[in-house]
Amino acid sequence: MSDNQDGHRISVTVNGAVREEVVDDRLTLADFLRERLRLTGTHLGCEHGVCGACTVLVDGDAVRSCLMLAVQSDGAQIETVENLAEGGELNSLQRAFQRNHALQCGFCTSGFLMSVTAALREAPIRDEERAREVLSGNICRCTGYTGLVKAVLEADAERKDTAR
Amino acid sequence: MKPGRFAYHAPRELDEALALLKEHGDEAKVLAGGQSLMPMLNFRLAQIEHLIDINRLGGGLDEPRLEAETITIPALVRQRQVERSSEMARALPLLTSALKDVAHPQIRNRGTICGSLAHADPAAELPSVMTALDAKFTIASADGVRTLDAADFFLFHLTTALEPEEILLEVTVDRLPDGTYSAFQEFATRHGDFALAAVAATCELDDAGVATGCRVVAAGVAPTPQRLTAVEELVTGRRLDDALLAEIDAAARGEVDPTSDIHASATYRRRLTGVLVKRALADVRTQQEAAHVR
Repeated sequence: MSDNQDGHRISVTVNGAVREEVVDDRLTLADFLRERLRLTGTHLGCEHGVCGACTVLVDGDAVRSCLMLAVQSDGAQIETVENLAEGGELNSLQRAFQRNHALQCGFCTSGFLMSVTAALREAPIRDEERAREVLSGNICRCTGYTGLVKAVLEADAERKDTAR
Repeated sequence: MKPGRFAYHAPRELDEALALLKEHGDEAKVLAGGQSLMPMLNFRLAQIEHLIDINRLGGGLDEPRLEAETITIPALVRQRQVERSSEMARALPLLTSALKDVAHPQIRNRGTICGSLAHADPAAELPSVMTALDAKFTIASADGVRTLDAADFFLFHLTTALEPEEILLEVTVDRLPDGTYSAFQEFATRHGDFALAAVAATCELDDAGVATGCRVVAAGVAPTPQRLTAVEELVTGRRLDDALLAEIDAAARGEVDPTSDIHASATYRRRLTGVLVKRALADVRTQQEAAHVR
């Protein structure tokens, strides 16, 4: 496992598909997703865990993929923004983002979508305060967050409607 | 940026991890949650030859141990795991309360309690909490195990008593006796940022509301968590009434000597410390009053 000149063999499930790859010691999960698997929906902003653009789900938890090594994801289940659409159609959260202008340039969007996806699975987001708390781990420099807050609240309301 | 070259090791047993640390010493770093180390590697503020990832270690290092008298948090307990545990919230409400101010959920999902302590950022929340709780730091190396108090563990900015070949194996606190209340207060420019100043307090009150002992610790105002001993002496033997809170404010301000930086001036941090100590002890008073109404 260690001091491996030829890299490390990992088996990781990404968006439902098992991927067997050999990775270098210092390859981050973010670069592995983008450059090896060509899942370029995950974006890299600050590369030190502050901006949240690279957020993906690892075993269901939202994490910064720039702060994890690819080799650490061996055996894990990973979900990226490419997994959100259902049958080629935007899912309810993505549609809520679209309706509420929760994005402008789009660079930060995939990170926001993954953070909110994890939060909505955990608990409902019923008020603005909670929505802002959920959004606070990601940075958007275009929107001023108002559209993002509306989108999150609307996505939660829509989820309840379909659950009924 | 991307990390420089290093050899990645993922030992499965603690002995193996400690042997690697012994072999590679100060050319190696331990990787737990990685939420402080990975940014430093990405920015090449840290350049190392060997990265020893302890995440694959077994041996129950990923579960807190709640015993009759003590609570132990081993090296691989994630911050989020403690935050979500109702058992931990009952046992150590001070820790649960402070965790809400530690960065964001995405960071806490990976970040460990022990990792934050070993990183020892002076503005971080957890070192001050563990100092207030009088935690014991269990440190392991291939040569054996030793235990330190917080005062001996935290030495300076980002500097602890950990030797290059050592690892912070776990941190242990005593369960708080009945009648002991705790509070955490912080002010940061934005939610999730490091504190401009923060205060962790535990206070033992008798049935009449008189303090029989307390520990008050400030973060962000010194190179290490700073016990406010003048405040502690002032509080002990007194009721937490408004007159005392005013005295406490002055005592806290007089006791800290923070530095100025781009985020806040020293004067501001000093005043903030006074305010936060008052808020923490007012919170303690409210908890005690609520407990006695019931």
